[in-house]
Amino acid sequence: MARAATTTDAFNAVAEPRRREILDVLANGERPVNDLVGLLGLGQPQVSKHLRVLRRVGAVEVRDLGRQRLYRLNGRALKPIHDWVSSYERLWSDRFDQLDVVLEDLKAKEQGDEGDQ
Amino acid sequence: MKVTSDHSAKLTLPTDEQILIERKFDAPKHLVYKAYTTPELVKRWWHANRGEVTSVEIDLRVGGRWRYVMTVCGGPEVGFHGEYREIVPNERIVTTEFYEGVPEGVSEDEATTLNTATFTETDGRTKLTILVEARNRMTRDAIIDSGMEGGLQDALDLLEQVALSLG
Repeated sequence: MARAATTTDAFNAVAEPRRREILDVLANGERPVNDLVGLLGLGQPQVSKHLRVLRRVGAVEVRDLGRQRLYRLNGRALKPIHDWVSSYERLWSDRFDQLDVVLEDLKAKEQGDEGDQ
Repeated sequence: MKVTSDHSAKLTLPTDEQILIERKFDAPKHLVYKAYTTPELVKRWWHANRGEVTSVEIDLRVGGRWRYVMTVCGGPEVGFHGEYREIVPNERIVTTEFYEGVPEGVSEDEATTLNTATFTETDGRTKLTILVEARNRMTRDAIIDSGMEGGLQDALDLLEQVALSLG
């Protein structure tokens, strides 16, 4: 595979469902670990472990503010990962947009049949 | 990251060997299932606007075979085929899938994935999830890479990457 392993490693780090939830929360702004623990309903050790993985691939950054450590999303690091997967995701999006059209036809037909009865 | 609406397909990679695709539809599940399993209907959506689906064969029973063929932008035909492993009408379909255009030297066994489509209805809307399970991470990544082959937007994205690398 020509693709650099680092890209897939980063993508896997980002794609894990709980880590994706952490990224979703951080997309709305910087947060300390305690906020993430409360919002995600996970234990602090789990959240810290996920944050370590995300930091290792550059997906999140951390800074100290007084006694707190604040975590934030690093969108720039996520872009190549997002680009890699997005074209495949778009294939399915386009496919499903066509499926919407088919479903509208089926719904209209079904309603028409009910009206005939 | 892109903010995905309810209507976008959402793709995640739960493990190194898996791809999970999710999407909600404004239709009850028996209609989504019908559109998913009826050859003349599959022909109308599976092309994803990248070309034309020229043939759809579906033998919808456990052990039955399926084969989809499409052409992309007037290019050569590409085929996909597999075998139904489990069928629960309106609920769940498990099939194998093999892309007939895999590079030489890759065995059919190695490149075949196990795909589970699940239809879940809530308040008249249906969530379709497709879990693709590959034998190994290399096959999984090759499937994601294959998305790069289609569509003008992909070409523009590549052009942008090249332009950025030159800057």
